Amino acid sequence: MIKIANVSKHYGSFQVLTDCSTSVSKGEVIVVCGPSGSGKSTLIKCVNGLEPFQSGEITVDGTSVGDPKTNLSKLRARVGMVFQNFELFPHMSITENLAIAQVKVLGRKQDEAIDKGLKLLDRVGLKAQAHKFPGQLSGGQQQRVAIARALAMDPICMLFDEPTSALDPEMVNEVLDVMTELAKEGMTMMCVTHEMGFAKRVANRVIFMDQGRIVEDDSKEEFFANPRSERAQQFLAKILHH
Amino acid sequence: MYEFDWSSIPGALPFLWDGMKVTLVITFQAVLIGIVWGTLLAMMRLSPIKALSWFAAGYVNLFRAVPLVMVLLWFFLIVPEFVGQLFNIPRGTDMRLSSAMAGFALFESAYYSEIIRAGIQSVPKGQISAASALGMNYGQAMRLVVLPQAFRNMVPLLLTQGIILFQDTSLVYVSALADFFGAAYKVGDRDGRLVEMLLFAGVVYFVICFSASQLVKRLQKKYSTA
Repeated sequence: MIKIANVSKHYGSFQVLTDCSTSVSKGEVIVVCGPSGSGKSTLIKCVNGLEPFQSGEITVDGTSVGDPKTNLSKLRARVGMVFQNFELFPHMSITENLAIAQVKVLGRKQDEAIDKGLKLLDRVGLKAQAHKFPGQLSGGQQQRVAIARALAMDPICMLFDEPTSALDPEMVNEVLDVMTELAKEGMTMMCVTHEMGFAKRVANRVIFMDQGRIVEDDSKEEFFANPRSERAQQFLAKILHH
Repeated sequence: MYEFDWSSIPGALPFLWDGMKVTLVITFQAVLIGIVWGTLLAMMRLSPIKALSWFAAGYVNLFRAVPLVMVLLWFFLIVPEFVGQLFNIPRGTDMRLSSAMAGFALFESAYYSEIIRAGIQSVPKGQISAASALGMNYGQAMRLVVLPQAFRNMVPLLLTQGIILFQDTSLVYVSALADFFGAAYKVGDRDGRLVEMLLFAGVVYFVICFSASQLVKRLQKKYSTA
C-alpha cells in the first residue's frame, strides 16, 4: 500500500531524513516512534506530500508522491491524516467540518455528505455534538471529530501524526480506543506515537527512528522483547519504566 | 474679536449633502475595490510563484511610498488623457469623479493588501496542512478555510482603515471635485464665511468618524470574546 524507498530530505544543510526505506501492506498497522527531532513526523508528512523530499521515492497505492505529474490533491483525498493539534476548522460547525471536503473535493451532495459525517460522528461517540463548534469541545473530542472527518473521505489508509501528544492524560484513551477499533476493522494505518501500550496492543510492526534514520523496523514482539540497537534500548527503558 | 455668523449653513445644507454623497460614494467603492484587489495582491504576495510575489511587492511598495495627493493628481491630470484616447471619450468630459475613485481604490488596495496579508499569516499553518490533507487544492484551502478565518480576525482593522479612508477623501479638493469638504469650502468662500464652514465641516467629520470608531471598538470586544 505504502512504499518508502531510500527517502532523504534536508532543510538547507540540515539533514532531516537519511535514506529511509520501509513499507506498509494493506491492513497493516505500523507504529513509528523515536525521540523528538528524529524525523518521524517529517517522514509521515512525506507520505502524503505535505513535506517535499529531495531524493528517493514514495508510492501510495501505486502512485508516486514525489512525481511532479502526480495530482497531489487527488492522492491526498484518498489518504486520511490526523494531526497533533486536531486542526478542525474553527469557523465551521462540527457537521460542516465533516461535510466540507466530501462536498468540495469528492463532489458528494450536501445531504449525503452530512448523513455520512453524522454516521461517523456517532461511531466516535459524539453524535450529540454535531451542531457545536470545535472551540466548544475538549481536546479528546476534537481529535475524535478529526478522525471522523478523515474517515468521511473513505480513505485507503490513515496517517496519524502524534494524535495524542497535545491531549490531557485523561483524554488520551478515548482517542486510542477509536484508533484501536479502526485497526481491528482492518484499516491500513501508519501512526507516529509515543503510546507504547497502543503499539503493543494493535501494531503489526514498530519502526524506531533516530537522527533521521530508520534504526529498527521489526515486528512488535521482536521490538519490545529484544531491540537490537542501543538507542532503541535506551528509548524503551525511559519510556516504559515510569 | 471675530464675530461668528453661522447663518449661511442652513441654506447650504442641500449642497453640502450632495458633497457628502460624493464623499460616501468614493469611500465605499474604494473600500470595496480595496478589499477585493487587496486580497488578490496579498495572495499574490504570499504565492510561491516568484513573478506574482514580486509584482505584488512592487505594487504595494510603490503606492505606500508616494503621497496620496500625488496619486490623486496623476489620476486627475495624466490618466484621463490616456483613457480618453483609448476609449474615444470626447475631450472635456468630466472624469473627475471616476479619476478620483480609481486613484483612491488603487492606492488603498496597497494598504488593504498589507492588512489582509497579516490576517492570512495569522491563521495557523496547520489549517492549510489539514485542508490539503483532505484533498483541497490551494485555491479551495484559501477560499474555504484560510480567508474566512483571516477576515474574521481582520474586521476591526479593515473598518478602521475605512474610517481613515473616509477622512482622506477630502484630498480630492486638488481636482476641485465637490465632495463634502470641497462643498463646504466653496460655500464658505462664496459667502465669506470660510471659518464657520470649515469648523462646521470639521465637526461633521469628527462626529461621523468618532462614532464609527466607537462602533468598531464595540464590535472588536464582541468578536474577541466570541
